Amino acid sequence: MNFLKLTALAAALFMAGPCPTQAQQVALIKLPELQKRLSRNTDTTYVINFWATWCAPCVKELPYFEQVNTTYAKQKVKVLLVSMDYASQLDKKVKPFVLKRGLKSEVVLLNETDPNSWMDKVDGKWSGALPFTLIINNRKQKRMAYEQEFTQPELTAALQQFLK
Amino acid sequence: MKKLVPFLAACLLLVLSSYIRPMAGYQVGDKAADFKLKNVDGKMVSLSDNKTAKGYIVVFTCNTCPYAKAYESRIIDLHRKYASQGYPVVAINPNDPAIAPGDSFAAMQTQAKTKSYPFPYLFDETQQTAQTYGATRTPHLYVLTRQGSTNDFKVSYIGAIDDNSEDAKLVKTKYVENAMTEILAGKPATTNSTKAIGCSIKWRKA
Repeated sequence: MNFLKLTALAAALFMAGPCPTQAQQVALIKLPELQKRLSRNTDTTYVINFWATWCAPCVKELPYFEQVNTTYAKQKVKVLLVSMDYASQLDKKVKPFVLKRGLKSEVVLLNETDPNSWMDKVDGKWSGALPFTLIINNRKQKRMAYEQEFTQPELTAALQQFLK
Repeated sequence: MKKLVPFLAACLLLVLSSYIRPMAGYQVGDKAADFKLKNVDGKMVSLSDNKTAKGYIVVFTCNTCPYAKAYESRIIDLHRKYASQGYPVVAINPNDPAIAPGDSFAAMQTQAKTKSYPFPYLFDETQQTAQTYGATRTPHLYVLTRQGSTNDFKVSYIGAIDDNSEDAKLVKTKYVENAMTEILAGKPATTNSTKAIGCSIKWRKA
């Protein structure tokens, strides 16, 4: 009996244990890795949101991007959140933020300093203001850039364009 | 069809909202409009006020944006370096305080006083100047050059201050200073347009 209880407890601990630390890793990536992600030749529609923990309008719209994962769970849609926080803030700010918000979308941090050297390679229409969002479907050869804060209906409308 | 109308309206709105602002605004070489904006000392300031200025370093900035904060002392340094050479800094806060309360006129006054700004810090309350110039973020910098002895100014440089917002000590390329060296020598800047990350300007909600 005791053994059973113990086993159950151990099992419960094992199951529950990983949960609090289950938060995803936030990878540091360089520009070529991001470019690779932007140019994948698949029929998946990528929603790529550039944000930062210090950017109030970004933080406000994050739930709408998170919602995309659930709403379009059965469709080929993938959300990628690209943090523009400084790499030095990865452990101090970004990881705790991702954990606290329980973000389910993949989060990466673009570890580049001189935006003038790489911004046009991400998108020529980006002037540098955050938030910035790209919606891309390379197989359909569709790409839209939005240097703006989204409301949920706006994001839905933008994404619908790609799922028709 | 009934469902389609609001959807199309939303699309149209989205398209408009994503294009109107970035499309408008200045390119290098454009004539820059003068403005009349309230300084933290309560006085109105225009480009035409300072008859001896050869030009201006106009920076759209604010109190609250971490990037603006990171560049605050570097903007003061720019003024210290270039005001004596005829190009003083004029800082303009374009944010709507209803969205960013820390960018209210009173907060601007406190900030300017605390950091002893050696340049005017103007409030673009209608946001018209930021829209006319095509500013999208803070900080967003424009170098203006006076045309002869007129009160006409042309845009000579638009963009970033340097290539490392986080740490001034790690800067490799000082974009504005490089441009200023050429502009002061009467030449057009080789790199006259650069990009930087910044906080979106907090536009008034319609």
